[in-house]
Amino acid sequence: MVVGAIPFGIIFGALAINAGLSVAATIAMSLFVFAGSSQFVAAGLLTQGAGIVVIILTTFVVNLRHALYSASLGPYLSRLPQRWLMPLGFWLTDETYAVVVQRYARADESPFKHWYHLGSSVLMYGNWLLCTLIGMVAGTQLQGMANWGLEFAMVVTFIGIVVPLLRNLPMLLCAVVAGSISFLLREWPNQLGLMVAALAGIAAAMVVDGASRYTRVSKSAGSAS
Amino acid sequence: MSHWQEALLILGMMAVTFGVRYPVLALSGRIPMPAWLIKALSYVPVAVLSAITVPMMLAPEGDLQLSLGNEYLVAGVASIVFVAFTRHLLWTIVSGMALFLALRFLL
Repeated sequence: MVVGAIPFGIIFGALAINAGLSVAATIAMSLFVFAGSSQFVAAGLLTQGAGIVVIILTTFVVNLRHALYSASLGPYLSRLPQRWLMPLGFWLTDETYAVVVQRYARADESPFKHWYHLGSSVLMYGNWLLCTLIGMVAGTQLQGMANWGLEFAMVVTFIGIVVPLLRNLPMLLCAVVAGSISFLLREWPNQLGLMVAALAGIAAAMVVDGASRYTRVSKSAGSAS
Repeated sequence: MSHWQEALLILGMMAVTFGVRYPVLALSGRIPMPAWLIKALSYVPVAVLSAITVPMMLAPEGDLQLSLGNEYLVAGVASIVFVAFTRHLLWTIVSGMALFLALRFLL
């Protein structure tokens, strides 16, 4: 996960500097906002000369998916005090979510899973800051690094997370529906198509899951009679 | 952009990002959630990550590119096959990235 994020931090640092953001503001954004994809979008919008309000609103929309992550992690964290939830909330990212949700879902009763969560978060945070710094230095030295195609690191990381999860029909359908609709709606602004696609994938999985359970119940009822 | 504008931008981005992440986290565990919602949430990672990944593979430049010249598609499909058999995340990332860079710069 950390490996997958390295090129992003570097590319963000390089992009932000080239977008005209000052050195202090670039590092402050990684320090205080800490949301990779929205920082990317912000750097892109700055290049196009977008206003502050537009960038902030776009950030909100791009990060809406984190509310889904929070809702999914919430039940596992319900016994933790607020002094734990505040930093874990601040440090919640795609990558951290993907790692820790698997850890929480594992059947063992370890009482220290939230420490694993904290460790993953801090590691991602430190890595992100370091890579932003490297990218800022590199961005002032090398031209055209943003065109190397290093965002493939994100593609391969997400593939590595998703494919092992596709163990049953609803999960498989969820991935196919979400992926296809997202592809069809890719022209929609501000990653709105992505949200619609994800919700459609979840809905499709729920329908199939409900239908298969109904079939099982009616079959067992039939054999009983 | 002046310094105060940059500060305003970062403060605003921080507020909306934290505002999306934290409140749901703080509340969702304390209010009992219906079983169907918990079930639906178990599909969130697969749904969101697939929605991010598929367009990047099929249309890295914005238009559909179904050809062997599309490194994202070729290396992506190879990585899907690789991880389906090995189930090893780190090796998948390393080999997928190596294949991608080789396709892009050596061929």
